[in-house]
Amino acid sequence: MRRGLARLTFVDLFLWGFRLLVILLVLYGTAGTLRGGRYSAEQWFDFVIFGLAQGGIYALIALGYTMVYGILRMINFAHGEVFMSGAFTAYFLAIGLGGSGVLDRRPLVGLALVLALAVTVSTAVALLVERVAYRPLRRAPRLVPLITAIGASFFLQYTFRGLYGAGIKAYPEIALFAGEIGVGGFTVLRTQAVVLVTAALMMVALYLFVMRTRTGKAMRAVAEDKDTAALMGIDVDRIIVVTFALGGAAAGVAGILYALVFKQVHFFMGFIPGIKAFTAAVLGGIGNIPGAMLGGMFLGVVESVGPALFLDGLGIVAPYQLKDVIAFTMLVMVLIFRPSGILGERLAGKRA
Amino acid sequence: MCWILKTQGGKQMRQIRLLVVATVGIALLAVRPSAAGPVTLGPVTDAVGVVRIARGQPIVLASWQVISGPNASLGIDQNRGIELAIEDKGGRLLDHPIRLVREDSGCNAEGGVTAATRIAANRQVVAAIGSTCSSEAVPGAPILWRAGIVTVSGSNTAPVLTAANRPATLNGYLRTAHNDQVQGRVAAQFAFFAQQVRRAVTIHDGSPYAEGLANVFATVFRTLGGTITAQEAISPGDTDMRPVLTRIATGNPQLLYYPIFVAEGGHVTRQAREVAGLARTILMGADGLFAPDFLRAAGPAARGMFLSSPDLSPEALGPRYQRLLERYRQKFGERPPAAFHAHTYDATHMIFAAIERVARKDAQGNTYIGRQALRDALFATRNFQGVTGTLTCTPTGDCADPKIVVYEVFSANPERWEPGTDPKPVFPRR
Repeated sequence: MRRGLARLTFVDLFLWGFRLLVILLVLYGTAGTLRGGRYSAEQWFDFVIFGLAQGGIYALIALGYTMVYGILRMINFAHGEVFMSGAFTAYFLAIGLGGSGVLDRRPLVGLALVLALAVTVSTAVALLVERVAYRPLRRAPRLVPLITAIGASFFLQYTFRGLYGAGIKAYPEIALFAGEIGVGGFTVLRTQAVVLVTAALMMVALYLFVMRTRTGKAMRAVAEDKDTAALMGIDVDRIIVVTFALGGAAAGVAGILYALVFKQVHFFMGFIPGIKAFTAAVLGGIGNIPGAMLGGMFLGVVESVGPALFLDGLGIVAPYQLKDVIAFTMLVMVLIFRPSGILGERLAGKRA
Repeated sequence: MCWILKTQGGKQMRQIRLLVVATVGIALLAVRPSAAGPVTLGPVTDAVGVVRIARGQPIVLASWQVISGPNASLGIDQNRGIELAIEDKGGRLLDHPIRLVREDSGCNAEGGVTAATRIAANRQVVAAIGSTCSSEAVPGAPILWRAGIVTVSGSNTAPVLTAANRPATLNGYLRTAHNDQVQGRVAAQFAFFAQQVRRAVTIHDGSPYAEGLANVFATVFRTLGGTITAQEAISPGDTDMRPVLTRIATGNPQLLYYPIFVAEGGHVTRQAREVAGLARTILMGADGLFAPDFLRAAGPAARGMFLSSPDLSPEALGPRYQRLLERYRQKFGERPPAAFHAHTYDATHMIFAAIERVARKDAQGNTYIGRQALRDALFATRNFQGVTGTLTCTPTGDCADPKIVVYEVFSANPERWEPGTDPKPVFPRR
């Protein structure tokens, strides 16, 4: 016991104090808010749904970060731009279809076309980045591909700015998705219901693919140990290509969901969702697929509920300006308590 | 006394003194542009510095406006105003060609610093025109004035920039755009008297423009007898406004005033209609949203909303503005995409007039312009006949002849953007 105390450093004390302080603040704020009774049950439900819809989009992007990290131990910072490229390109098809009335007469067919284009473009961009920017550096020190990723990110942003212009574009409204639907006494916006269902389906499909198929098994093997996997007859390069393609496709779907909920697209739109999704991946435990899903949802809900729940009770005015502060404080808290994320880094491997 | 101190701790004392001298020096540098003491070059002696333009060489002006990103249309519109003013002069001033250096200021503080630093590094720049957004001017204008460059903005409206207690670092800053003390008051009067609103909410994005305008609105609205149920804030780049709007809905406001910018304004407009309790709330923005790009961002949800902005109608500005508008359309092939081309056009002409007043020529035909003299000449502008009205500058740099109206958006179709008919001025009634 005494030895344990002797080893207690100033940093430990500080960290414990910090944890305690944040937890107390959160509890105090929450109690204050609930006692204040400003929000009705419907409003709390709305906060959660808004958060889940936003979180589903984060989660789909986070999958791309986490799968690539699992296999290559590398953060693909250009992934936000993969997300942007699909949504931005498909905008032109959506506007064409909207103008000719296809989106109103046959909304599902139109949307499927738009989605197919977004997924194709995002996948193509992801593969292109992998082939041009990462594959030649496969054996380079770890910092090199990281810097290349940041370079690729800027390159893609400004390429698309050159292609499509610097202004804002907005997707057309689709009549089918306007309005709300009732769910057991509560109402949910149709767009958000679509986002939640699609995101959930995508995540389940991806999870099953990785866990149940031959290619998925090969992916897990490569993640475990690249060299041994190669000795077992697995084509490592092909598996890496598949991983990037899956991440790109998920980002393409996320791009269309984002466009359904927020409508606006522009060349810089991938940056903030990219950073948030990366945060989500770290929150859940990077390299871990269910972790990315959980992390995305968690981040979305904290951003939506947090300012109202924690800060209102503390008497802070305009709490939503601080939603990023809350989100990143949560990240710090999770990492203090569980350094490898909520679900942990499940793909144990050789780490440099 | 001094000796005793020195024997007691000479080294420490010297360090402290050095520190004091350095601090005072830095403070002085921050206030006084460039080196101390007057500079003499050719026929001109000036307290700050002199620009020498050799015969046949261009007079360099710099524009710092946002020309990329969601707010690009605001800055592009103003650059066109500058171009038209230069065209008026046949591209020449005092027998020198006029050259315009353009920088992109990005509508944020970082962009403003970058643009101002790049302009300040060019010793040939005589004066600058900009910036577009107040957030750029707050850090950017001091950088320019430290290099002795005076700047006139055609669209910054934040009250802090020309406040009576503004820091000396802003001594080289003027504007031809209105002060938001005026715009905020008109908006609040519109809400209270014309719309009979008693409960309102403001949303800003932390930028000096939005925060300043939201505060003026709130103060005036309260003075009139209304209630501000919440003063909310978002961050630039936010997309999901539904949570903050849900919070706002708990106060049952009748009107939402959000003087923010295009992208976030578009999100607020679209999402307000989707949040329970805000379906019938009156939506109102300001001149930062007064652009067809905003209608693109907001979609059909903008139908029936209100925007406060300078009055650009023929009744207010007269035939001179109509002629300018005609030239604008011929030269650029479209209607102005924002509201401040005329103010920036006036700012450019004000600079031309001041340069003509202070510039001196030597026998070889070289031109010399004193920087302090140019600054003083601009601040001395009286009864300047611009297209936006009769401009007279105050000692803190407010030169506008403000005419603010509230517009109603009818079709929300960006292709049919035609200030005067759609959006149409509805307040004050003429």
